[in-house]
Amino acid sequence: MSDLRELYQQVILDHNRKPRNFRRLTSPTQHAEGYNPLCGDRVTVEVALEDEVIRDIGFQGSGCAISKASASMMTAALKGKTVSEAEETFERFRAMLTANESNGEGAARLDKLAVFAGVREFPSRIKCATLPWHTIHAALAGQTEPVTTE
Amino acid sequence: MKMSWDVERIRKDFPILHEEVHGKPLVYLDNAATSQKPHVVIEALVDYYAKQNSNVHRGLHQLSERATEAYEGARTRIQRFLNAAHSREILFVRGTTEGINLVAQTYGRRAVGARDEVVITALEHHSNIVPWQMLCEEKQGTLRVVPINDAGEVDLEAYEALLGERTRLVAIAHVSNALGTILPVQRMIEAAHRRDIPVLVDGAQAAPHLRVDVQALGCDFYTFSGHKTYGPTGIGVLYGKTALLEQMPPFHGGGDMIKSVSFEKTVYNDLPYKFEAGTPHVAGAVGLGAALGYLEELGLERIAAYEHELLAYATARLSSLPGVRLIGTAREKAAVLSFVVEGVHAHDVGTILDLEGIAVRAGHHCAMPVMTRFDIAATTRASLALYNTHEEIDLLARGLGKVGEVFR
Repeated sequence: MSDLRELYQQVILDHNRKPRNFRRLTSPTQHAEGYNPLCGDRVTVEVALEDEVIRDIGFQGSGCAISKASASMMTAALKGKTVSEAEETFERFRAMLTANESNGEGAARLDKLAVFAGVREFPSRIKCATLPWHTIHAALAGQTEPVTTE
Repeated sequence: MKMSWDVERIRKDFPILHEEVHGKPLVYLDNAATSQKPHVVIEALVDYYAKQNSNVHRGLHQLSERATEAYEGARTRIQRFLNAAHSREILFVRGTTEGINLVAQTYGRRAVGARDEVVITALEHHSNIVPWQMLCEEKQGTLRVVPINDAGEVDLEAYEALLGERTRLVAIAHVSNALGTILPVQRMIEAAHRRDIPVLVDGAQAAPHLRVDVQALGCDFYTFSGHKTYGPTGIGVLYGKTALLEQMPPFHGGGDMIKSVSFEKTVYNDLPYKFEAGTPHVAGAVGLGAALGYLEELGLERIAAYEHELLAYATARLSSLPGVRLIGTAREKAAVLSFVVEGVHAHDVGTILDLEGIAVRAGHHCAMPVMTRFDIAATTRASLALYNTHEEIDLLARGLGKVGEVFR
């Protein structure tokens, strides 16, 4: 059960049950779609940018608990951040999940997002956690093609 | 049936069943993806490489004769397994996918022209959809799809109505991989034959579980995979009626499929070699022969009866769990249980079961149109085999209880 609780932490389960910013924006300046063809997870991320600052952010879609909680916590973490801060967080998040050596300092700076560190131990689920991040990365870059994790 | 089936003795034949995962005994319920291999198959592979390995149909030396004998011996065994009329009707391919593509690219490309139709069902695996889509796109033909009902059964009336003047081929699964439905293939073949339409049957999910008699069925093509039939990966079988195979062009060009080659003209070899270009997967064929020998010894009828009893038990157990809904409730079913857990995505179910040592499949099962039909993104699928036990079904039920605990 310890592995199980490591992956499905209470915070993750809570965000899965009650996702934050799970809505459409009235006037997004950018948006992108993400799709994981392996498991069928879909996510759309919308952003309202103002002077390079994320004034508002929302997501829609369907997926497993990990992808939904990841999208929810991502939106909560990035609201009010600048584009370059968001990109930096994405890099750190990705490194936490995929780097060979776990980077304690990087994870610490991720704050609440560090609850996803347990996903590292589940290689088949890493893409579930990173899909929303790849999607916002594409949205901020103004990419129009849907993002896939493959 | 239970009393005559010594499942504990059978489990001793499969070394992998004694593995542990995440510190728990393995409960392997992903047999529709691939089945585990008994000692006799593993030994046949080792023995072949240790004592017989050589190229077939070529050398004059002793080893080549041994290899050829082993390879052709496997073909004869498969002929008997399917009750085919001749061993030349048994072609070795890489698996079901290649078997279907072979028919699409050879028979299909000659038979299907503009506005012609190929009929499949809404239950098909992607490998019995995409090759026909590719063919229809190339030839400007049309793919027609027989609908299914809410239980996951083929609508036979709609099927017969779809068969028409322009239908050039029917391609249907014998057993659905996603839902377990056993299709009424005999009736479907008879209906097609009344209009002189040939029928290909995708037997990937049927061959390990049911007695298949291609002459009794009357099908024109039948294909299955070795690795789902307790044999090795990378080997499979395509059965075709002699008259059809003879008029078909070769699939791949190369060695062994020719009688003579000059730059002006090549004369193709006789059946079955016309369709077996290059050095075949000899060890795989030998291993598959051993697997089918193992099944024959246990008896396909007894296997089917045991699995049926296990399916009934599992259906009752899973149906009694709160929040679990079975998808695919056909009257005629093989031992596949596809289900959704209310409020929980299939991948979360799969991960939690995995931590309990239980291997299931979670996803669309390479049958995305089936998921669309039931308006779901994915299911969790437990697919049973002759070595699964009632205790393992109880463990599955307990694991699903854990899913409920985590996501309560």
